[in-house]
Amino acid sequence: MKNTSSSARRGLVYRMVLAPYSLWALLFILVPLIFVAYYAFTDQNFNFTFDNITRFFTATSTVNDGAATKEIHTYLVIFARSLKLAVISTVICLIMGYPMAYIISRASQRTQNVLITLIMIPMWMNFLIRTYAWMTILQDTGILNGLLARIHLGPVHIIGTEAAVIIGMVYDYFPYMILPIYSVMAKMDVKLLEAARDLGCNSAGVLRRVIWPLSLPGVISGVIMVLIPSISTFYISQKLGNGKFYLIGDAIEGQYAANNLHFAAAIAFILMVVLLVCMALMQRGANKKAMVV
Amino acid sequence: MKKIIELKNITKSFDGEVVLDHIDLDIYDNEFLTLLGPSGCGKTTTLRLIGGFETADEGDIIFMGENINNMPPHKRNVNTVFQRYALFPHLNVFENVAFPLREKRVPKAEVEQRVKEMLSMVALTGFEHRSVTSLSGGQQQRVAIARALISRPKVLLLDEPLAALDLKLRKDMQQELKNIQKAMGITFVFVTHDQEEALSMSDTVVVMSEGRIQQIGTPIDIYNEPKNAFVADFIGESNIVDGVMLEDRKVAFSGHVFDCVDSGFEKKEPVDVVVRPEDVDIVAEDKGMLKGVVTSVTFLGVHYEIIVDINGFKWMIQTTDFVDVDEHIGLFIEPEAIHIMKKSEYSGMFGDYSSFSNELDELSDAESESEE
Repeated sequence: MKNTSSSARRGLVYRMVLAPYSLWALLFILVPLIFVAYYAFTDQNFNFTFDNITRFFTATSTVNDGAATKEIHTYLVIFARSLKLAVISTVICLIMGYPMAYIISRASQRTQNVLITLIMIPMWMNFLIRTYAWMTILQDTGILNGLLARIHLGPVHIIGTEAAVIIGMVYDYFPYMILPIYSVMAKMDVKLLEAARDLGCNSAGVLRRVIWPLSLPGVISGVIMVLIPSISTFYISQKLGNGKFYLIGDAIEGQYAANNLHFAAAIAFILMVVLLVCMALMQRGANKKAMVV
Repeated sequence: MKKIIELKNITKSFDGEVVLDHIDLDIYDNEFLTLLGPSGCGKTTTLRLIGGFETADEGDIIFMGENINNMPPHKRNVNTVFQRYALFPHLNVFENVAFPLREKRVPKAEVEQRVKEMLSMVALTGFEHRSVTSLSGGQQQRVAIARALISRPKVLLLDEPLAALDLKLRKDMQQELKNIQKAMGITFVFVTHDQEEALSMSDTVVVMSEGRIQQIGTPIDIYNEPKNAFVADFIGESNIVDGVMLEDRKVAFSGHVFDCVDSGFEKKEPVDVVVRPEDVDIVAEDKGMLKGVVTSVTFLGVHYEIIVDINGFKWMIQTTDFVDVDEHIGLFIEPEAIHIMKKSEYSGMFGDYSSFSNELDELSDAESESEE
């Protein structure tokens, strides 16, 4: 009897402790989401409509790429471009970050701390300043071309190209890739790697059959944390792409700026749904893979 | 018997600290060899050298006549059972055991059949699809053994594999490991700091201390004929006293001249004398070769463990006769019970029970385990 009443009390205490966080989640996560959805499915007079959603899929515009004029699906093209740049940036981050995370995780504790701090330092600087710094570096008369000229190379034209946008995304979001992978790898038991060697794996085998599957949760968090901000960024593409690469983030920002809140909300809503579906599929694939390998 | 592994003059240091100091060791085909010693004695390093996880600073490792100093672990025909098993948490029991076969691209049907065989040998049939993290310590241990044996190695290395199991399970596993070794007909190299485990399982025991081999022999040799005070103290309980060899088969210690069975020493050579606690008979004070006062009595079930003060030196005696604290008793020691050892660097360091306490002993054991 005493036991049940005390456990009931503990339940109550637990709920009370939890209350502020539940309230926080409700006010700042759930309510805004509902607002976004509400705006996405209403018109200027707040009458229910699918128009905003349909507009995203059907709106067209005419572009002239020099040789010919073409009719394109405006927002689908923008979305595809955003996805392409975000995926390329994510893959580059993964290819650079994965080996780096592994190397750091095998260093002495002291070295690990120093290296991780170094990786995080850029994050302590303002995002805008970092992007401006890259503008200065990549401009046609910027630091990079100055250096190249000294060794009688170049100049190269980067600013305003997709490459510049990708460089910006990779630089800004790289720490979000490396940190989750590193934290999984740092916890990995060295004995497992020795066991794999003992059981006949060469270095490539150890990587493929033990390190990779065990680090997959870190890789997935890293990919999510780089893919999502880079698919929805607008600032990087404006500054480093010279506004030539209109991304989905730019579209949302543009619609808000034009006071077209309902359509902006609709784009944001669609983006969110697409990302959620992608994440779910990835998580599912990873779970299955982890069981089989 | 055929030599399968030879360690020749192996030296290894970590950060300037010598861990193995010129080790020579021959390991024979089909034997159960145990490396025994306290933590930090170099036994695990020796095992890791054979497994290929460390390379020696000096010396050679010969495997079936071939020098394998620089051969990586995955090419060596030896497998290891790791201390905390090191099972792959992302694979189920079947895939853990099949791991080495998948690497060799063994055909599916054969993998199926060999894994089944292995699992039945370690009594885990039916556990194929269980997650390894859901198994008990003993079951994980069996998976680790099956996984290490499935590629039919010539030598199995076991690094304190039973340390994490409780006493009852440990006893069962000792027997089972011994049976597996016989059934497979391969060599086991077993590392432990538990002398009882070493004595009960091994064909050959290698006692190590401070990076050097102190003695190699059968369990009975090691127990009955320890080479120095370290071995005598580490294997079982021993009273070790200073003595002088008067002539062949005559030794003086504790103020009395005893007949013994050892010979071949110099006249008047100072020696260490070992007397096992169970080899001392308690007699009436006036009939004893030595006389002493009982200072403590501990009941241990099968026998009493008593500490007797003889001229200031405390002896441990195991007896089934009850005596009381402060009782004056006599001790009788037969010639066969006296074992004479040459003086060594360990003389005077062991074998006196004046600060003896069961509890302290266990405490220091637990400490040394956690260090590793």
